[in-house]
Amino acid sequence: MMKELFPIKQVMGFVFSLVLTAVALAVYFLDMSFQLGMTILLVTAFIQAALQLVFFMHAGESNDKNAIYTNVYYAIAIALVTVFGTLLTLIWGYM
Amino acid sequence: MEFFERFAIPHPSPLIYASMVGIGLTVIAIVIGLTYFKKWGYLWREWLTTVDHKRIGLMYIISAILMLFRGGVDGIMMRLQTAVPDNTFLDAQHYNEVFTTHGIVMIIFMAMAFIIGMMNFVVPLQIGARDVAFPRLNAISFWLYFAGAMLFNISFVIGGSPDAGWTNYFPLAGTDFSQSVGVNYYMWALQISGLGTLMTGINFIVTILKMRAPGMTLMKMPMFTWSALITNVIIVFAFPVLTIALLMGTFDRQFGTHFFASTNGGMDMLWANLFWVWGHPEVYILILPAFGVYSEVIATFSSRNLYGYKSMVGSMVLISFMSFLVWVHHFFTMGHGPLVNGIFSVTTMAIAVPTGIKIFNWLLTMWKGKIRFTVPMLYSIGFIPLFTIGGVTGVMLAIASADYQYHNTMFLVAHFHNVIIPGVVFAMLAGLTYWWPKMFGFMLNERIGKWGFWFLSIGFCLAFFPMYITGLDGQARRMFTYSAETGFGPLNMVSFIGAALMAIAFILIVYNVYYSFRYAPRNVGQDPWDARSLEWATHNPVPEYNFAVTPEVNSSQAFWDSKKNNHQLFKEKRSKIHMPNNSGVPVIMAGFFFVFGFSFVFSIWIGVIIAALGIFACMAYRTFENDHGRYISLKEIEETEKKYGGAK
Repeated sequence: MMKELFPIKQVMGFVFSLVLTAVALAVYFLDMSFQLGMTILLVTAFIQAALQLVFFMHAGESNDKNAIYTNVYYAIAIALVTVFGTLLTLIWGYM
Repeated sequence: MEFFERFAIPHPSPLIYASMVGIGLTVIAIVIGLTYFKKWGYLWREWLTTVDHKRIGLMYIISAILMLFRGGVDGIMMRLQTAVPDNTFLDAQHYNEVFTTHGIVMIIFMAMAFIIGMMNFVVPLQIGARDVAFPRLNAISFWLYFAGAMLFNISFVIGGSPDAGWTNYFPLAGTDFSQSVGVNYYMWALQISGLGTLMTGINFIVTILKMRAPGMTLMKMPMFTWSALITNVIIVFAFPVLTIALLMGTFDRQFGTHFFASTNGGMDMLWANLFWVWGHPEVYILILPAFGVYSEVIATFSSRNLYGYKSMVGSMVLISFMSFLVWVHHFFTMGHGPLVNGIFSVTTMAIAVPTGIKIFNWLLTMWKGKIRFTVPMLYSIGFIPLFTIGGVTGVMLAIASADYQYHNTMFLVAHFHNVIIPGVVFAMLAGLTYWWPKMFGFMLNERIGKWGFWFLSIGFCLAFFPMYITGLDGQARRMFTYSAETGFGPLNMVSFIGAALMAIAFILIVYNVYYSFRYAPRNVGQDPWDARSLEWATHNPVPEYNFAVTPEVNSSQAFWDSKKNNHQLFKEKRSKIHMPNNSGVPVIMAGFFFVFGFSFVFSIWIGVIIAALGIFACMAYRTFENDHGRYISLKEIEETEKKYGGAK
């Protein structure tokens, strides 16, 4: 009964997403190196995206669960291949 | 007057003026014809506003055949120009424009439209659905494609055609080297039709995942539907890359950014990279539906079920992922080291393996089958050896070190025509002939069809096999002429003769439509080919609602089971059917997109703003529109079914 009235999962997710936003915002106010700043931004961005997908877009809560997750993993795999393949081709592997 | 100077053609010729007159007269003739026969209302109600997947499919296919004509004329002009040494039929600039538009028209506006049209017509029937998941979106997809195609096609009479090759490499395509608006046309025509394609991708994934008939699990889908699913997955992942690359290119050309410049922190190779990140999956977007058509046709006309269903599906899933791993093989020679070339060389050769599996499956389907040599089957049988030659030369090109010899020669041109023509064009002609009775209720003449097949196949061999030889001898692609001393002359003449035979084949195929329309018997029944999959379980031509009763399925060839194994397809009782309403919004919105693209090409900002407002107005209208569709009453269904001669 209490569980239905109070969506603890979503509230926790909301708090966590605020924390992530605060951490990302801190990069601007704190004095740190470019590399460290970028690393923090990238990591928080991806966690934030996953969080939104699972908690607020209800990715795992319908019958389509498998199709949705397959799609997400496929997308991540292709994005990684494209990004790192491009870096390899145009920068690391360029003679 | 100054305002209109920008629309002048930078490099005119009598040919272009003749085309202007031709286009003008055709438009006038169409308008007069429609008015005289009072067909405007019919056109608007039945076609321009339709959301019926069958009609949208037909409009795609008709557009594709028109584009095949346009691209074919470009092709013949190129073969004519290079038929003899030092020819002066076209000059260098015109030749550049012709090979550029030939490539884009054939790939984006012919092949893509053909496969999407075929998917539109067949997929909902094969899965026992009444329409696609989002019929209105489907209409928008088509009209965006059509707006893009028309925008691209007016380029050569208004403002000048793109001339930097269909690959449009920067910095050649940048404003430094391409000053006319030609490349702007390229950017916006592809952008607009690409948006339509992306919507189609989403639409069909949802349709296939959500709207299958009861009992049709994923592994019981007909093979063409499987190929459509995989194709649309690739579309959804590949086309956004093109969208962004085109946008960056537009910014470079019209707003002075330097994404693809070689100075100011830009990187010219980035265009080639992004183009092929989209471009290589695009190749598989074209070929997989073709494979699907062949799977249906070969199984039907061998009177056997498809050999190796699971390995067919597996190899397509593998291809869908691997198609994203090979793009660098398009520019092996552009300066990366042996490590990069080695990696992409291996992935490229590896992707030939799942393709090979499919070839063997088709051969084994025919093995010991009772083969009927109909026109669709002839195309399928012709496809296997010709496509294999194209595939093997592809593996030759995949050897990075050897590619330094082949790169940018006619060898490459021969290779990709060798996979695309027997792959895609043969498949679409096979599919068109095969599903023709489904579309129109009569069959195409077999005799004329066979003449068409032989002209096309022999013409194809004569046109493209000589290019392998001249390519290895060093004839570069896109070279508008050559001297007699090179010795390329005789083989290029053979090539021109081949192209002429292919043109005759095209005429025969079009004539066949006319001939069959006049003389072919109607009432061919619902199963003229003795076919196997679900689309043949309804009438020819298909009634608006597809199936009076939703079929129930328990194998990938449900219709065959219902004929031979006493499977009962239709168990439910008939009841009223819910269908979507027609809408004029898609075509109006695409009209705004056309104006938007055209204004953007010429940097007429007031036009851009007005058209953009129009587009948003259409979206807002849709948002607040209250449209719950309509019902076809039981009485109407009974009448229709009776007209078709009493259904089961």
